Amino acid sequence: MTPVNLVVNDTAANEKFISIEGIARRYPAPGGGSTTIFENIWFSMKRGEFCCVIGHSGCGKTTVLNMLAGLELPDDGVNIVDGYAIEGPSLDRAVIFQSHALLPWRTVLGNVAYAVSSKWRDWKKDKVNAHAQKYIELVGLGASLHKRPSELSGGMKQRVGIARALSIEPKMMLMDEPFSALDALTRGSLQDEVRRICLDTGQSTFMITHDVDEAIYLADKIVLMTNGPGAMVAEIVENPLPRNRDRINLHKLPDYYAVRNHLIDFLVTGSKIFRDNIPAGYDPRKPPLVRPGADKPLTPGDRKAA
Amino acid sequence: MLTSLNQRALIVSLLIFGVFLLAWHLATQGSGSVQQMDPEYAKLMGLTATKGTSAMPGPLDVAAKIWEHLKSPFYDRGPNDKGIGIQLAYSIARVMTGYFIAVLVALPLGFLIGMSPMMSKALDPFIQIMKPVSPLAWMPLALYTIKDSSISSIFVIFICSVWPMLINTAFGVASVRKEWLNVARTLEVTPIRKAFTIILPAAAPTIFTGMRISIGIAWLVIVAAEMLVGGTGIGYFVWNEWNNLSISNVIVSILVIGLVGMVLDQILAMFARMVTYPE
Ligand SMILES: Nc1ncnc2c1ncn2[C@@H]1O[C@H](COP(=O)(O)OP(=O)(O)O)[C@@H](O)[C@H]1O
Ligand SMILES: [Mg+2]
Repeated sequence: MTPVNLVVNDTAANEKFISIEGIARRYPAPGGGSTTIFENIWFSMKRGEFCCVIGHSGCGKTTVLNMLAGLELPDDGVNIVDGYAIEGPSLDRAVIFQSHALLPWRTVLGNVAYAVSSKWRDWKKDKVNAHAQKYIELVGLGASLHKRPSELSGGMKQRVGIARALSIEPKMMLMDEPFSALDALTRGSLQDEVRRICLDTGQSTFMITHDVDEAIYLADKIVLMTNGPGAMVAEIVENPLPRNRDRINLHKLPDYYAVRNHLIDFLVTGSKIFRDNIPAGYDPRKPPLVRPGADKPLTPGDRKAA
Repeated sequence: MLTSLNQRALIVSLLIFGVFLLAWHLATQGSGSVQQMDPEYAKLMGLTATKGTSAMPGPLDVAAKIWEHLKSPFYDRGPNDKGIGIQLAYSIARVMTGYFIAVLVALPLGFLIGMSPMMSKALDPFIQIMKPVSPLAWMPLALYTIKDSSISSIFVIFICSVWPMLINTAFGVASVRKEWLNVARTLEVTPIRKAFTIILPAAAPTIFTGMRISIGIAWLVIVAAEMLVGGTGIGYFVWNEWNNLSISNVIVSILVIGLVGMVLDQILAMFARMVTYPE
């Protein structure tokens, strides 16, 4: 086992609720040797923080998420949650899968109840169902309790996935492009719900997205990953928008375009050229923390360490 | 057109059946001229020569035979004269016994093969060699070792129904969607609970397809096996009636074998429908 520095101090524990320390993923290359998807990835998340990851397809976002879920283990480095190294999946970390991953032979209630009874194994059926129902109603599916996944729309399936994740009252939620398969309207209302639920419950959330606006609306912190192979965390963007933002008026907020342009610039050019133009003083252990649109223009020297 | 597709299909089915019966009836009417001959010789020549009728029974003869069997399907007058119902019961009992033993072996073993790529590779050569062997080829070996014709038939049923179930179970288990397994993993589900709540329901439709193929093969094989070992059973009945030159009884048996086979298949199909889930 990789030794873990046990955190003694409470504030430090909250500052580094999740700590990703030098993780790597390598696959054997076709001609021998190995391909490094990413290596030496470092960043951390605070308790209750909403963190989004943005990067192009194939850079390894899902792999990082799976490692946080404990479904995969890193080839190097270690992921730490709440002071303990992740060695496998845990009921403390709920995953919302991109493909919703509902069990098609179970009803909506059956799917959520399955999760609930997995967490609280000694609960009676009535208690399990009542608990499951509470979370199904929370995502607005109270009328569809006894429907099977095949009878639900894409948005409704994703809602069940969210209810299932929330129902086990996890310490953190991991979401892999949860809304990418949905139409804009459904996506918008689900984003609202997720934001409301996360703010209400103080959930720590790690979410992968392709959608810049989604990241700006939901995230406190946005991790930018460069293209693979050999992906790196280029920087970490702190969301300058006020915490009480709402989705409809997002674009009217003063800093909105600054963040948006910053993210888009990164996706269009930065993600490609970063590894050949690594800024002076870049330290993979402490990727630069930037706050676009802040009053004072940032220079590399002013960047705080994340 | 007011009639639905089903109604039209039914009408065509009935028409074909009617035409078939009529053609059968006409073809077995007999061909006329009766020759005068020595009665001893006539006996040897059979009815065709003496009465001008065909030895092949017509639909009316067969109907009469069916009626006869329906009146007393379960009579038992010694080893060579039992009702068709009794003979069927013997065959069905053998098929069920062999089949259920095969289920008991194939499902757990299929699970093991499906879950473990190593076991899958290790057992593959055996399965590949055993699977194409005609189940009847096992018969002499079975008779020699078991020394009981009835148990030998059961063994043959077992050996022929085990492969489709084994292969389908292994395939169904191995191809459970990874995301469902990941759901179980993130929920820290115990291996036993995972087997019963994720893998089994996910693989059930494939498993039942295998079981349905197996019951069909088992029913095909039992007739041949019983012809070979004799004694009791519908297969023996067919062979016995052929030796008695009772073609009517042979035709009745063919019908009955077909009907029972269909019922067995439909029962499995019903189970398969019950466990199928739409995605
Ligand atoms: N079994 C594998 N063998 C080789 N390469 C793989 C394997 N699985 C994933 N990869 C590679 O790992 C990279 C990261 O995948 P993934 O984490 O799914 O990316 P993302 O979610 O960012 O689109 C991809 O480039 C993919 O090709
Ligand atoms: Mg992905």
